[in-house]
Amino acid sequence: MPATNPTDGTALVAGLAESQLHELYYALVRARAAEERLEVLHKQGHVGGGVYRSLGQEAGAVGAAYALNRRSDGSGDIIAQTVRACGALFLMGGKPLDFFRQYLARATGPTGGKEANVHWVDYRRGLVGPVSPLGTMVGVMAGITLSFRLKQEPRVGLVFCGDGATSTGAWHEGLNLAAVQRCPMVLMLEANQWAFSTPTRKTTRLESFTRKAAGYGLHAESVDGTDVLDVYEGTKRAVDRARAGQGAGMVEMRYYRRKGHAQHDNQEYVDPAELKVWEERDPITRFGARLLSEGWATQESLAALKARAEDEVRLAAEQAVGEPAPEGVHALDAVYTDRGAKTPWTRLEQPDPTQA
Amino acid sequence: MGGKPDNVTKTERREPVTLLEAISEGLFEEMERDERVFMMGEDIGVYGGAFKVTRGFLDHFGEDRVIDTPISESGFTGAAAGAAHMGLRPVVEMQFMDFISPAYDVITNYIATSLYRGSGPLPLVIRGPVGGGNRGGPFHSQNVEMAFFHTPGLKIVYPSTAYDAKGLVKAAIRDDNPVIIEEHKGLYRAPFLREVLPENDYIVPLGKANVVREGSGLTVVTYGLMVHKSVEAAEVLHQEDGFEVEILDLRTLLPLDDETIVESVKKTGRLLVVHEDTRTGGIAGEIAMRVSEKAFEWLDAPMLRVTAIDAPVPYAGALEDYFLPQVEDIVTAARYLAAY
Repeated sequence: MPATNPTDGTALVAGLAESQLHELYYALVRARAAEERLEVLHKQGHVGGGVYRSLGQEAGAVGAAYALNRRSDGSGDIIAQTVRACGALFLMGGKPLDFFRQYLARATGPTGGKEANVHWVDYRRGLVGPVSPLGTMVGVMAGITLSFRLKQEPRVGLVFCGDGATSTGAWHEGLNLAAVQRCPMVLMLEANQWAFSTPTRKTTRLESFTRKAAGYGLHAESVDGTDVLDVYEGTKRAVDRARAGQGAGMVEMRYYRRKGHAQHDNQEYVDPAELKVWEERDPITRFGARLLSEGWATQESLAALKARAEDEVRLAAEQAVGEPAPEGVHALDAVYTDRGAKTPWTRLEQPDPTQA
Repeated sequence: MGGKPDNVTKTERREPVTLLEAISEGLFEEMERDERVFMMGEDIGVYGGAFKVTRGFLDHFGEDRVIDTPISESGFTGAAAGAAHMGLRPVVEMQFMDFISPAYDVITNYIATSLYRGSGPLPLVIRGPVGGGNRGGPFHSQNVEMAFFHTPGLKIVYPSTAYDAKGLVKAAIRDDNPVIIEEHKGLYRAPFLREVLPENDYIVPLGKANVVREGSGLTVVTYGLMVHKSVEAAEVLHQEDGFEVEILDLRTLLPLDDETIVESVKKTGRLLVVHEDTRTGGIAGEIAMRVSEKAFEWLDAPMLRVTAIDAPVPYAGALEDYFLPQVEDIVTAARYLAAY
């Protein structure tokens, strides 16, 4: 469903009605519940690869995607998500079941086990799977949104990336191209203060990444990444501008990566006092408290939303666990549209190098 | 919009075209045939490209289909991928293929893997001038095929004639896979390559080598400008030695047409690979290994190669001529194999 401002006078804040605020809360607790469930699956040995958490960053992903026209027929807005944006992925229509299938490398998943985690694509729902060098995605999204402009489609693309990607050449080339071509693109900068173990102070002299955007003549603003409404409003402003033909923009979401880069990283380089500070600004706790104090929700309604989210992800996880892994021979498939890879000659029924 | 520029109407007028004009015609016709085809690159619009391949395109097609980009090979190649995801069929020009290196990441990590990752096919073309002999020095002379040959998911073509150039360009644009086209600068305006092309719409299929000269004594596998040096060498061998060389022009390097190579080697029993690219890690190694796998028992001599030396491309005429494989090198190698 698209996020549209209610016109019947029911808006409570940020142009959103009570049901929409509840939808946001649901999206937040679902993202967290999915990742918590994933951690359990990892400990049980179901996940072969890395497990990435967005703990403390859920409001960034959720608030951003909520500002988009979300469709399932390929006519809506589009995002290139990151591993720390599963909240956005789900809001766009990506299924928690597919999320688990991807992490568990199931044959049934969107990539059939060829790719991991949130790296999957569903163009109808506006999902572009990223590749790991995230700076590269800025140029790709510049091209996606360039096509929107060329085809005069009223669509906008969000490309997510972290602090680290802003140091790459591809990031700058892509952003500059989007700027000069007036692409309807918004870069969502996950300023979580870490690039793996390297703190932001070692990757830039700037106080804010918005100054990098200013270098290319883009409009940019910072939002409180732990406040889902602030992210929503900031993104909406940038998206509205882009859709109106006013060019590319950037939203810097300021928050903190409260877990290691991935599950294997025990964060020994992080000051525990700093973690404590950000724990107190937890986006779900904050938004829940606001909903209660403003009278927009009750303890019971929030508990019910949380229980429903946990049920949704539990059922999805259980189903994924029961599904099969791919057959190894599928590694040969789909290297080209008109051919796969050749079977190694040593694996032919009659080993024969002339068939290599 | 302006009318058709005169550099793309020679075939219509039944006039001979150069290899460069053949490429221009191929690009232009595909843009006319399919409105999803558009171009990006440095100086391709107002200036018409560093070699004028796209002269007149901007006036005819407008700036939404002929886009002058900032100097950002990584950025605009990534943008080509994004546009291709959304149903367009981009063609990007590298002003010189030497400058493709900033786009290595997006080509190998993103574009080549897209289909396999489930992100859909990427019908896009990356083309530009390659090759030495023009005193271009280290950064305007390279052959880049082997930087990409090792990447599954890509196709690489390298035409040696005007006919093939036009047909391969058109086939590449229509292909649903990413294709890199290497265009040898030394062939762009070579007078001996001017020919009158068919008026009809034709393609040269990707993945098919061409036997440009038949012979029974030795198979020479080559491509690009070296096809013509090999033909010169074959003529010398014919005249002076009565030795008949078969020459295969690969035309497409990836996927490699083993079948035609193996068939020829089974006939001649001898293989010489000639490439302008440098020696170590050159395509000769892969070709020799495939022949070893598929036709070892037919060989009467070691498989050998004639290539550029393992060095950057030097500027001075004497240095570059020494660096590049020459007709005499091919003749020497062929005589060595003939006598083996």
